[in-house]
Amino acid sequence: MNKNNKKTLVKVEKAGLKINGKSLVDGVSFEVRQGEIVTLIGPNGSGKSTTAKIALGIHNNIEGVAKKFTDKIGYVPQKISIDWTLPIRVIDFMFLTNDLKNEQINVALNLTGVEHLKQKNVSDLSGGEFQRVLIARAIAKKPEFLVLDEPVQGVDFKGEIAIYELIKKISEEFNCGILLISHDLHMVMSATDYVICLNGHVCCSGKPHVVAQDNRYKELFGDRASKVLTLYEHKHDHTHSQDGTINRK
Amino acid sequence: MLNDFFIRALVAGIGIALVTGPCGCFIIWRRFSFFAGTLAHSALLGVTMAVFFEINIAFAVFLISTSLAIILLQLQKKTKLPNDALLGLLAHASLAVGLVILGFLSSIRFDIMGLLFGDILAVNQIDLMFIWIGGALILVILKIIWKPLFASTVNYELAEAEGMKPDRANAIFTILMAAIIAISIKIVGLLLITGMLIIPAAMARNISNNPQQMVFLSVVGGLLSVVIGLFSSLEFNTPSGPSIITAALILFCFSLIKFKKYSELKK
Repeated sequence: MNKNNKKTLVKVEKAGLKINGKSLVDGVSFEVRQGEIVTLIGPNGSGKSTTAKIALGIHNNIEGVAKKFTDKIGYVPQKISIDWTLPIRVIDFMFLTNDLKNEQINVALNLTGVEHLKQKNVSDLSGGEFQRVLIARAIAKKPEFLVLDEPVQGVDFKGEIAIYELIKKISEEFNCGILLISHDLHMVMSATDYVICLNGHVCCSGKPHVVAQDNRYKELFGDRASKVLTLYEHKHDHTHSQDGTINRK
Repeated sequence: MLNDFFIRALVAGIGIALVTGPCGCFIIWRRFSFFAGTLAHSALLGVTMAVFFEINIAFAVFLISTSLAIILLQLQKKTKLPNDALLGLLAHASLAVGLVILGFLSSIRFDIMGLLFGDILAVNQIDLMFIWIGGALILVILKIIWKPLFASTVNYELAEAEGMKPDRANAIFTILMAAIIAISIKIVGLLLITGMLIIPAAMARNISNNPQQMVFLSVVGGLLSVVIGLFSSLEFNTPSGPSIITAALILFCFSLIKFKKYSELKK
């Protein structure tokens, strides 16, 4: 496929949001195209979730422009709590915004490894299990644009790697654009095309290995992050091919 | 012996239970019970207006309840008082204003007790028509907005992001609540309509494990409450509205036993 011919799914230009005079995020611009994974990273309160919500059109009084060019959207919010008063099984939850076929539901639940939980009540799931259900629900209808806000929270380390691999696979197979929010770059590095480092504004952005070397990134995340990245860089050498594309093991 | 008025009351009550069942579930899920109570309290003002302008009671109550919902939205924007305080303010203010205006209309004799607790004898053909046609309309609209309303009940932002237009569904649901109060005020009374909305749904929650089942059991609970309540009202000569709600309460108590067993089973 011609790389320049990819359809733009979401375009955010100089977008910002102020609530009660306090700026949550300011002057953010980016685009998500088909088959592309854009990752937002940044410390707590740096406006990652707000930026994702701006891209999704959830906030209406934003500065700047946010345009969606697709209606097929899947969203995994950072926090979702379902009250006990609402009895809802995983299968009911899967139908939340879509009319799906049973087969589509099974495939999606199977991909995230929670097919056996289908008839279980959502309030009986563990945090990690629920997270997998959330992802399954978002991908079941094969969205064109997928937003994943901290998709691996509560998931164990092994599951975390599996989910990032799944995200990569989804982006390739469905040819959908993904906006991914994460707080650790080294985990998502191999699965991302473009990184935006946020701290209330865009602190630095670019290809993942460029951002990882950026001093502003190192400053923002401190010594520990740089060390983790150094560690990563070591592994990184072995998974880098000649033309610079990143290969997974 | 069944009299005409009793048949009418039964038909009216069944019509109401069919509507309050599903709507009551949403009211519980969304924590709207106090809101529903506030809308119901404003019904007295609506009835006063109906008497004053000589218009249909259900229609006047619907208008006043809807206006009250709009006033609440405006108040929420204008002040930072918590929601329950605003609801309490509106509920009792509208009740008081209604009673004051009623005081000025001293020439008209009015059955206040019937208004507060429902009056079986007062149900006539026109009320039946309002209940069944209005009720059918409410159910049809609820069916149409079900998906966005349910999605926004689970998570507003998710519904908004995935194009479900939750704001529209929420606004329509508020209007539906006003409409339910309008059609059922005469038989259950303004103080007890919230009970009719909430108790069968609460009962249903204890014994169901998915949304459809809860709605179904809530309707069944409401129907049973109406039938048991009205028959015992006839038998023991008790007021109709309170008898229905008492029957609903008894069903709720039974559901607690089942719920206890279910919880123990899970452990």
